[in-house]
Amino acid sequence: MALKTRQADFCVERDEDKCISCQVCLRQCSNDVHDYDSEEDKIYSENSKCVGCHRCESLCPTEALKIKLSESEFRKNHNWSPGHIKNIYRQADSGGIILTGMGSDSPYPVYWDHMLLNAAQITNPSIDPLREPMEIKTFIGNKSDVIKLQVEEEKPFRIKLKEKLSPQLELSTPIIFSAMSFGSISYNACFSLAMAAQQSGTYFNTGEGGLHKGLAAYKENTIVQVASGRFGVDIEYLKNAAAVEIKIGQGAKPGIGGHLPGEKVTSEVSNSRMIPQGTDAISPAPHHDIYSIEDLKQLIFALKEATDYKKPVGVKVSAVHNIAPIASGVVRAGADFVTIDGLRGGTGAAPQVIRDNVGIPIELALASVDSRLREEGIRQNASILAAGSIRSSADIIKAIALGADAVYIATAALVSMGCHLCQKCYTGKCNWGIATQDPYLTKRLNPQIGSRRLVNLLRAWSLEIKEMLGGAGINAIESLRGNREHLRGIGIGEKEMEILGIKYAGEAW
Amino acid sequence: MNYNINAKVLGYRELNKRVKDIIEKSPHSANININDVCGQKYIGDGIKACSLIKIYGVPGNDLGAFMDGPQIEVYENAQDGTGNTMNSGKIIVYGDAGDILGYSMRGGEIYVKGSVGYRAGIHMKAYKKKIPVIIIGGRAGDFLGEYMSGGVIIVLGQNADRQRELSFDSTKEVVGNLVGTGMHGGTIYIKGKVSDYRLGKEVKKMPLDKMDLELLQDYVKNHQNFFGCGQLPDLENFTKLIPFSHRPYGKLYAY
Repeated sequence: MALKTRQADFCVERDEDKCISCQVCLRQCSNDVHDYDSEEDKIYSENSKCVGCHRCESLCPTEALKIKLSESEFRKNHNWSPGHIKNIYRQADSGGIILTGMGSDSPYPVYWDHMLLNAAQITNPSIDPLREPMEIKTFIGNKSDVIKLQVEEEKPFRIKLKEKLSPQLELSTPIIFSAMSFGSISYNACFSLAMAAQQSGTYFNTGEGGLHKGLAAYKENTIVQVASGRFGVDIEYLKNAAAVEIKIGQGAKPGIGGHLPGEKVTSEVSNSRMIPQGTDAISPAPHHDIYSIEDLKQLIFALKEATDYKKPVGVKVSAVHNIAPIASGVVRAGADFVTIDGLRGGTGAAPQVIRDNVGIPIELALASVDSRLREEGIRQNASILAAGSIRSSADIIKAIALGADAVYIATAALVSMGCHLCQKCYTGKCNWGIATQDPYLTKRLNPQIGSRRLVNLLRAWSLEIKEMLGGAGINAIESLRGNREHLRGIGIGEKEMEILGIKYAGEAW
Repeated sequence: MNYNINAKVLGYRELNKRVKDIIEKSPHSANININDVCGQKYIGDGIKACSLIKIYGVPGNDLGAFMDGPQIEVYENAQDGTGNTMNSGKIIVYGDAGDILGYSMRGGEIYVKGSVGYRAGIHMKAYKKKIPVIIIGGRAGDFLGEYMSGGVIIVLGQNADRQRELSFDSTKEVVGNLVGTGMHGGTIYIKGKVSDYRLGKEVKKMPLDKMDLELLQDYVKNHQNFFGCGQLPDLENFTKLIPFSHRPYGKLYAY
């Protein structure tokens, strides 16, 4: 059939005057886009294979390459987008589900960009964070309903807690590296995250792929995940962690399970997941021991029992329509923290139709959960971790003002290590050495450099958070938490403002 | 060392703390008898030791969850989630067991004298030398061995008590419907015939070979040694089920 079903998405532009046929592009591309013709001493590129990861462009020593969007366009049509047409071609070819990676790129409103922050002027002074202490330390866990304090008689200025608090995670900045499993990302990427978490005084999350032996040294900074497939979960795994997170859902694919194809279950992946090499690693959509809040409570306490009540146990759910009552149930079931992953949350692989159509944005979910938990008087019983596309320190501070205790970042962390968001994680051919297990590719990511870049990112964002706090006249992030007076809406409707619980720009107190 | 705990007035948290304290003192030689157990959850949860725990009474859900090593004997029925994500050890139930018996167990053995509920052996795994085994004396409910990716399940179809029998079809088959649905590893042996309509679409029947008979012989003998009842079943008369593929969902995607 003459139907051209492989329409190129990108176009490789090579400046023949600059190209010295050094073949760097050829060696760097795992998608075999470039090909060297030794007779002509010339490199040809096959556009249809290009995924737009910009690896060759970045490494070309003479800047001879430019990766551009393909110029070949379909006839303009606002209804039938090129995406729809190309997907139909692919599906008619194969009869299969369209897979994709990373978070949704669909043009849904991004509410972070419709909220503005406040700053202090005259009536309350702003604070200079360079000169004055600015507290962004955050504790994740169940804060008691009542906190009883005790004053020592001999040292009346020393106030101590009378009763022991539930176990808490201590973060030096309200940012945690979100769940990414070894298998979906390379060991070097995991190692970078672990080192950076330790250096920055925060945590990384193993995802549901078990804990690689090489990361055991970072257990003080590890959050381990327990998902329906229970991969790599044994008592050692639970004990080698600072906290345990039960994964119910993921923002990129609410309601569906995970599925690591057998060819990606290499010997190392099989070791950390504790399954035979080469078999499919299937995470069923539901946990089959959890069909209700009561069942969830049972697993939460099974994990607390197993870890002697020494570690916080949280639950990760994706942001869906009934997120507020669901989160309420999760808190009542005894979770120490609730992670809410929004519509735009990332993934290593998900059906595109699910990623782009299921769930709700994190901003609305977060606001409605925080409001609901406050109304019910149980907000103090669990921390809220917001996830699902946190792109900058401004998103973080807005999330905290909406009610989050801290945020999870994953895509941002990968981008800091070189990810160019080509959305092809599921192919396992990541040219940046992140979402791949191919040793030829993984060695491109040096964990020392990766972790340094992650540490830099957290430092930069923390500095910016302090600047914004100081500007608003606040010297501790606790004072901003759930303080929606610091937010004003812009370019959104009344209903959205009602859910976000904010006033419109220009509305004063 | 022998230890006795009376669970009559203990909540699960206190009971399990006592068990753990004892095991911490003597991790390799503790024989713990727990009397008057009445629904306390999580007994043996997360214990890594070689101990013997005898339970008199009905333990609650998630018995032996995340357990790594101990032998638990239950002289009554067990409830749901027995052996949840267990890594090694033995659980011997002298009665029936509830739903999701041995969920995601990676190693160890579970012997049940009577029947079990739904989804027994769901997502059972195998890893290196660890091969988990569940031997059910009576019958098994629907979705036996769902998503199973390794290990062995044996259903003997004996000892089924009358009350339990009512919940099954009037036919004499000893398993429910959708056996091995989503299965992609491991083996299920079921006494007698199993109608094709009961099978999940991912499994097929296979004739028994010499290895199967040896394996069945060993485990069935163990089962008899524990429960000492019934005749040794005719080993030739078992239906063996294995998955069509280790990759049941390989052709789902467009790439």
